[in-house]
Amino acid sequence: MPVHLENEAALVTEAKTGNAEAFATLVHQYDRNIYRVALNITGNREDAEDVLQESFLKAYTNLKRFKGDSRFYTWLVRIAVNESLMRLRKRRSDRSVPLDQPIEMADQEELPREHQSWDPNPEQRYAQRELQEILARELARLEPAFRTVVTLRDLENLSTEETAELLDLSVPAVKSRLLRGRLKLRERLNRYFKQG
Amino acid sequence: MNCQEVIRELNEYLDGELDPTLRKGLEKHLSQCADCDIVVDTTRKTIDLYCNCAPLPLPDDVRERLNRALAAKLGLQNR
Repeated sequence: MPVHLENEAALVTEAKTGNAEAFATLVHQYDRNIYRVALNITGNREDAEDVLQESFLKAYTNLKRFKGDSRFYTWLVRIAVNESLMRLRKRRSDRSVPLDQPIEMADQEELPREHQSWDPNPEQRYAQRELQEILARELARLEPAFRTVVTLRDLENLSTEETAELLDLSVPAVKSRLLRGRLKLRERLNRYFKQG
Repeated sequence: MNCQEVIRELNEYLDGELDPTLRKGLEKHLSQCADCDIVVDTTRKTIDLYCNCAPLPLPDDVRERLNRALAAKLGLQNR
């Protein structure tokens, strides 16, 4: 989730009156986050770039419909998620697990295999840029069904219910995917952060 | 609570949404099971790392094309 501008509400009000510069300030604040959401859902740079542009253009066009019930950023994320899902569904050749397909989990699969302690402050082991790259790379390696849920819940801080609604999944399905996604990431990050 | 049940309740526990009775049982298990204690700790750290991770900068060419698209549609100057 990004740092929010203190004058976000004022900028949105200005942008609603047609002030393009105010809107550009909002774009500049959130473009990296929206691109990350799009990239994590589509898994494809070209689609992510299209989603990025389309999301901001749609947001500008529909700004008058934004009533301020949520943060502007949350509203923007919803647009980006919908755009990303549309792109994903268009890619019929995509052989990965569809986002809305049920995923069964065998009992044994639930139990983690890695049992090594990590550094007390794992984020200090790497320079910030290197850490960002490690986390992005390992998240990108997750199956889309897990990556999308982890992105919305843990990176964008959406609630389980919001995530379920956006992805057209049941709440139990979101919870199950989040658990598996988190455990898979933990296993993959183990080699970067384990002690000794 | 056994190891399998700990994993089943892990999200609710780490998100602070676990029923107090179950939480007590889970924490009792953690005090007796080093493996589960490590899994819970490292999963918590995984979540924290992702929650606190700022996105990578937008690639220059992507930003340039975004600015051009906005400029064309909204009449903005390139920033």
